[in-house]
Amino acid sequence: MPERYPGYDVLGKWNSPSFDAVTREVLARRLGAVPKRRFFTRGEWELLEALGAHLIPQSKRADPIPITPWIDAMLADGGGEGFHRVGEPRDAEVWRTGLAAIDGEARRRHQARFIDLGPPMREALLRDLRAGAAGDGWSGVGPRRFLIDFLLKAMAAIYYSHPAAWSEIGFGGPASPRGYVRLQLGRRDPWEAGEAK
Amino acid sequence: MSAGPASAHTTRAVAGRAPDVFERGGWTPMRQNADREAVDFAIVGTGAGGATLAAKLAEAGFTVVAFDAGPYWRPLEDFASDETEQGKLFWTDERLTGGDDPVELGANNSGRGVGGSTVHFSMVSLRFRPEWFKARSRLGYGTDWPLGYDQIAPYYDEVERALCVSGPIRYPWGPRRRRYPYREHPLNAPGELLARGARAMGIKWSSTPLATVSAPRGKSPPCVYRGFCIHGCSTNAKQSALIVWIPRALKAGAEVRDLAMVGRIEVDAAGLAAGVHYHRDGEWRFQRARNVVVAGYAIETPRLLLNSACPAFPQGLANRSGLVGTHLMVHGGNAAWGTFEEEVRWNKGPPNMAVSEHWNYEDRGKDFHGGYAFMCQGPLPREWARTVAGTRGLWGEGLHAEMEKYNHMAGLGPVCESDAQARNRVELADEVDSYGLRIPRVTYAFSDNDRRIQRHAVAYLSETLRAAGGRDIWSSDDTSHLMGSCRMGDDPATSVVDADGRSWDIRNLWICDGSLFCTSGGVNPSLTIQALACRVGDRIAAMARRGEL
Repeated sequence: MPERYPGYDVLGKWNSPSFDAVTREVLARRLGAVPKRRFFTRGEWELLEALGAHLIPQSKRADPIPITPWIDAMLADGGGEGFHRVGEPRDAEVWRTGLAAIDGEARRRHQARFIDLGPPMREALLRDLRAGAAGDGWSGVGPRRFLIDFLLKAMAAIYYSHPAAWSEIGFGGPASPRGYVRLQLGRRDPWEAGEAK
Repeated sequence: MSAGPASAHTTRAVAGRAPDVFERGGWTPMRQNADREAVDFAIVGTGAGGATLAAKLAEAGFTVVAFDAGPYWRPLEDFASDETEQGKLFWTDERLTGGDDPVELGANNSGRGVGGSTVHFSMVSLRFRPEWFKARSRLGYGTDWPLGYDQIAPYYDEVERALCVSGPIRYPWGPRRRRYPYREHPLNAPGELLARGARAMGIKWSSTPLATVSAPRGKSPPCVYRGFCIHGCSTNAKQSALIVWIPRALKAGAEVRDLAMVGRIEVDAAGLAAGVHYHRDGEWRFQRARNVVVAGYAIETPRLLLNSACPAFPQGLANRSGLVGTHLMVHGGNAAWGTFEEEVRWNKGPPNMAVSEHWNYEDRGKDFHGGYAFMCQGPLPREWARTVAGTRGLWGEGLHAEMEKYNHMAGLGPVCESDAQARNRVELADEVDSYGLRIPRVTYAFSDNDRRIQRHAVAYLSETLRAAGGRDIWSSDDTSHLMGSCRMGDDPATSVVDADGRSWDIRNLWICDGSLFCTSGGVNPSLTIQALACRVGDRIAAMARRGEL
C-alpha cells in the first residue's frame, strides 16, 4: 500500500514554532528512554510482543514503535485510569490472568503456546475471544473485555502516541506555540501533511 | 507513560506567593493564613464552583482559603502538546464504578489540579433552557429547582463577561440576551460540516459560544486553534478557572493551597462545621474556619460529606435526608462518525466549534422527555484510536486502514440529558486510598427515557452526517460530565441544600459545584456551575450584611 502522506514526518517540525520546549522534552523521553522490563515475566513479555505484532502489525516499519515496554511501565508504576469496575480485580491481576488465559486458550485448542501459532490460528483465536467464545481460565474479566478494553485499547493508544504513527496518518502533531491558520474544509497550512492524490 | 515534571509533586503556593500562571517561572504575591486562626471560608476544591466562589467571596471582603488536591500548573511551561503527557490533568485516584451502565471516570469527567476540570474542559459555554429549572411544572418530568431562570440569568451574564465568551451576535435559542463579549470564532471544517448537515435537515445551527478568546484579553493571546483544548491549553487563550477566577481570588486576598487533600470536615459541640482536616507535604493538618464550602464536584463532594461522619452525624454531614450521593447524573455522549471525501483535518481548532440545540428547544415529535445539544467533534489520534479499537474491535490492517482515514473523518456528538434517579449514586467503598480515606463507589444505570434520548440522538446525528455527505456511518457510546448527588431544593426532606447551597442540617456548611443540579439539561454544565457560584457568592455577602450567617 503506498504511503498516504509521502515524505511527511512530524519530527521534521522539531525546531519549528510547532514544537515548544516542554513538548520536545516529553517526546525526547518517549523516543529515547524506552523502559526496561520490570512488571511482566519474560514469558508474559514475549506473549505481549506476539499479540502486539498481530493486533498492531508493523512489518513495514524498519524501526517498530515499542508497545510492550510502555504497558509494562504503566503496570510497574501502578498507573492507569484510576477507576475499576465493581467486581473486577486490579489492573495488575487483570493483565496477568488475561495473558495466562490467552495462552491457556491456545494450549486448549492447539496444544501450543500462542507465540508458536501461525497468523491464521492467532487470528481465529482472537476473533473467538472478541465474540466472547472461550474456555475456562477467565476470572475477573471476560475474554472480550480483556482483549478489547484492556489489551487492544492500550496497544492502540500507545501506538498512536508515537510520532511515527502521527506521520503515518497525517496528523499535525504538536502545535504550540504555533497552531493553525487555515481551518476550512479542504484547506491546509504549509506545516501540515500533504496527502497523496 | 511518564512521571511528568517534578512540579506535579511539589507544593508551589507557599511562602507568601503563588505561581503566576501567565509567566514561565513567575510568582504572584499571596496572602497566607495560619491554620489555628479561623478564616471566614474554607473552600474544598478550586474548579468551576470553588474557584469562582473563592473570587467572589474574597472580593466581598471575606478571608478565604481554597484547597485543591492537585498541583498548581503554569500552563506555559507545564503543558505539552501531547495527549499522553497531559493525562496528568485528570483525577486518577482509586475509585469503583458499577451498576448496569458503569460510568467511565478519570479522563472523562474529572480534573485534578488548581482550576479543576476547567483546565481540560472543551470551553463550551451554553446556558440552560429556562424551562429546565422548572422541569416538573413546565415540562412534566424530573423535579423543579428551587430557583428559576430569572434568578440565574444575571449570573449567566456575569460569567460570560468574566470569561469573555466568544460567540455569535445572535444565538438562535433561548430568551433574548445581550451580545457575547467577544466575537465568534471562525468555523473549522467539522463546524462547516455540521452547518451543512443542519441546513439539509432543516434545523438551525450556530457557532458555539466558547470560553477561549477570539482577540487578545489581558495576558491571554487569542486562540491559535491548536486543537489540544481538552488536554490543557498551553497558550492561556482558554479562560479556565485557573487563569480567570484564581488570579482574581488571589488579588482580592484569597489563599490557595495546592496538593492539599481535604479528608474530613470537623464538626464542633454545637453541631457546626469548625474547619477541615487536610493532608499536605506529608502530614495531616487542621484549618479552622467559620464556614466550610464543599466544591469537589459530584463524586468527591458527597464522598467528603460521607467520610466526615461523626457521632452527631453518623450518616455523614448534611445527610439527615439520606440524599447525599443520590440522584447523580451524567450526559450521554453517543456520537455518530462518518468518512468524508474532502480533507477535514478535524484536529484543528477547538473540538466543538458548531452546535445545534434544536432538540433541546423542540418538544414536538419526540418519544422522550428532555433533550440534547449536539456538536461537531475533533478527537486527537490517541483518543480516536481508543474509540475505533474499543467500539469497532478492529485490529491489524483493518485498524490501520480506519486510522489512516483520520484526516477525512467527522463526527457529531450529543450532550444527552439524563434523568435524576435516586439509585444512581455515590457511596463509600470499604477500601481506603493512600490517604487512608474510604474511596467512592459510583453506581449508574440509564433510565428507559435516557435510552430513548440516546437512540434518537444516534439516529438523528447519523442522518445529519449522511446529509452532510458522510459515508460509512457508525456510532459509539460515551458519557461526559457529572451532576447532582447533593441536590438543592426548597424542602429539607427532599434536598441536601437550599437555593443558596447552604446545607439544611449544618448552617455554616455549603456546597457549590455541579452536585447542586436537580436536572442535567442537555448542555455542558460549566457555565451553569459558575453562574450558581456567582449567585451563591452574592447571596452569602447579602446574608452577612444582614447578620444571617
